[in-house]
Amino acid sequence: MAVEKPLKPTWITLRPRGLPFSYRLDRRVPLVALALLAFTLAVLVVSINFGQYNMSLLDVVETLLGTNADHPDARNFNLVVHTFRLPRILVAFLVGAALAASGALMQGITRNPLADPYLLGVSSGAALVAVALIVWLRDLPISLLPWGAFGGALLTAGAIYLLAWKRGSSTPIRLILIGIAVQSVIAAMTTMMLLFGDINDVQQAYVWLTGSVYGRNWEHVHTLGGWLLVFLPVAFLLARSLNTLNLGDETAKGLGMRVEWQRGLLLVVSVALAAAAVAVAGTIGFVGLVAPHVTRRLVGPSHEGLLPVSALFGGALLVLADLIGRWVIAPSELPIGIITAMIGAPYFLYLLYRHR
Amino acid sequence: MSELNAHALTLAYESACIIEEMSLTIPDGQITALVGPNGCGKSTLLRGISRLLKPKQGSVLLDGLDIWKLPTKQLAKQLGILPQGPVAPEGLTVHELVAQGRYPHQSWLQQWSADDERITREALAITGITAFADRPVDTLSGGQRQRAWIAMTLAQDSDLILLDEPTTFLDLAYQIEVLDLLHTLNVERGKTMVMVLHDLNHACRYADFLIAVRDGQIAAHGTPADIVTEPMVRAVFGIDCRIIPDPVTRTPLVVPVGKANKHRKVQPSTNGQHASETALELTKEISL
Repeated sequence: MAVEKPLKPTWITLRPRGLPFSYRLDRRVPLVALALLAFTLAVLVVSINFGQYNMSLLDVVETLLGTNADHPDARNFNLVVHTFRLPRILVAFLVGAALAASGALMQGITRNPLADPYLLGVSSGAALVAVALIVWLRDLPISLLPWGAFGGALLTAGAIYLLAWKRGSSTPIRLILIGIAVQSVIAAMTTMMLLFGDINDVQQAYVWLTGSVYGRNWEHVHTLGGWLLVFLPVAFLLARSLNTLNLGDETAKGLGMRVEWQRGLLLVVSVALAAAAVAVAGTIGFVGLVAPHVTRRLVGPSHEGLLPVSALFGGALLVLADLIGRWVIAPSELPIGIITAMIGAPYFLYLLYRHR
Repeated sequence: MSELNAHALTLAYESACIIEEMSLTIPDGQITALVGPNGCGKSTLLRGISRLLKPKQGSVLLDGLDIWKLPTKQLAKQLGILPQGPVAPEGLTVHELVAQGRYPHQSWLQQWSADDERITREALAITGITAFADRPVDTLSGGQRQRAWIAMTLAQDSDLILLDEPTTFLDLAYQIEVLDLLHTLNVERGKTMVMVLHDLNHACRYADFLIAVRDGQIAAHGTPADIVTEPMVRAVFGIDCRIIPDPVTRTPLVVPVGKANKHRKVQPSTNGQHASETALELTKEISL
């Protein structure tokens, strides 16, 4: 036999000594992740710097690090940075990370690169409840909106999953088709409510539907952050199963996987991430579709690397989109959902062009 | 070693019964081929004995235990199944695909042990695909791709390997390449193999034991030399044929007659003579 070149794995193995834990990641992951983090931090500083109240980039960094307490304007800096600008940017990052990870999961579960976090009706369900709250129950406190949206999202996803269930299994194609059908019905109901609503309420509802991080505060950061701290690690641990599921149901069964159980678990995590994001920031489109797509080109199709890097990419994308949205028509601002659509649509045209 | 039995197995899709009350034993340490015409139920039978299809009635036992009552991962450590025409995700490398075979040996926290690493390497080496381990599966030739999938099943480290038409969609050269590999795995690694094969002559050459299926029943079973006869081929496949010894392996070689040739006299055309001479020479060469 011919002399074979030495075998070098395409991954890095994490196997801490003395711990019952091991994990492997594509070898491109650390570099790409570091680059994305650096990019996010840079945009974050520029983004905090941007606004009506003028301060230098150095002041922003020092305020973030807390090293300029003796500066004469330190109190103003603190107010602007920590109360007004930082929380909404962090919300943008967390929402982007949640949607991108959710989208990567959904694309893996359905083996369809065009699936997005809203495939199981998370957005339409959340929208229906949110619009109903805004247009019909106008006296309700606005703080109830996220909870209502969250509930609507989970209920719709559950309904679609149950309707797609047939003879002990829920094949990806049934999930996709039933998802489309249910979403159309719910979208029609939402549109009907918007048609008959008061014009001011309808405008408010539309802003929510487009997706926005305007006026979000630390409470939102903590809620969403806590949610991600639970569900992202679960997603990372399930990445291996998702890889196996991607080889097809039969191969996965042959490898000893309880396919329906694992798929159900993965769907729950995906829906939970998307529902939390939608509850906080409305239905922001394209991030959950584009981020996993681009990331797959950067770190390959294995989900151990794809999920965390997608999350970072989605976060970075929304931090950037938030900055652009505040910049283009300053001092007014465009909702972040419009910016993501404007970035996302050309990307797909580019893909279409490349595949010809 | 593992013993796989089916007892009064009845398999059905929806309401259509495919296999009815079939009992069989897979010989340990041998290559068994399931043969029969299209739609006879041989692939369904393979799905039935590998837990891909739940039986309507009857049971499948592995070492005396019902395979539907074993934990899924425990079964997967003893029995590997390669479905027909599997497709790898775009961009997945050969190494990563083969590594997936370790799934039943892993858990939530223990996802990539030193054993996983070693056995994956071995599987690549045995199947001769180490050289292109870092290439995406979708860029390989048909034969290489099938070897990669077989390597994945091998990494599963089970005594029993079931394969559904492992040579379909492959050129003749790749079919032989794959069958030779499976033969090597049986001889050198002691793997018990069960495979559905389309080509009766390939089955005669490579299998130690044949199970011929027709209309959901076992029509014949035994070694190729014992059971492959002209009446049996007529009964199972519905064709007239002549059976001669394979000039290379001495196993039965099925030569279909076919309607078009039924009344044709054998004429020693120059072309035909040439071919038969070559065959003769080949036989001599081999006996030397």
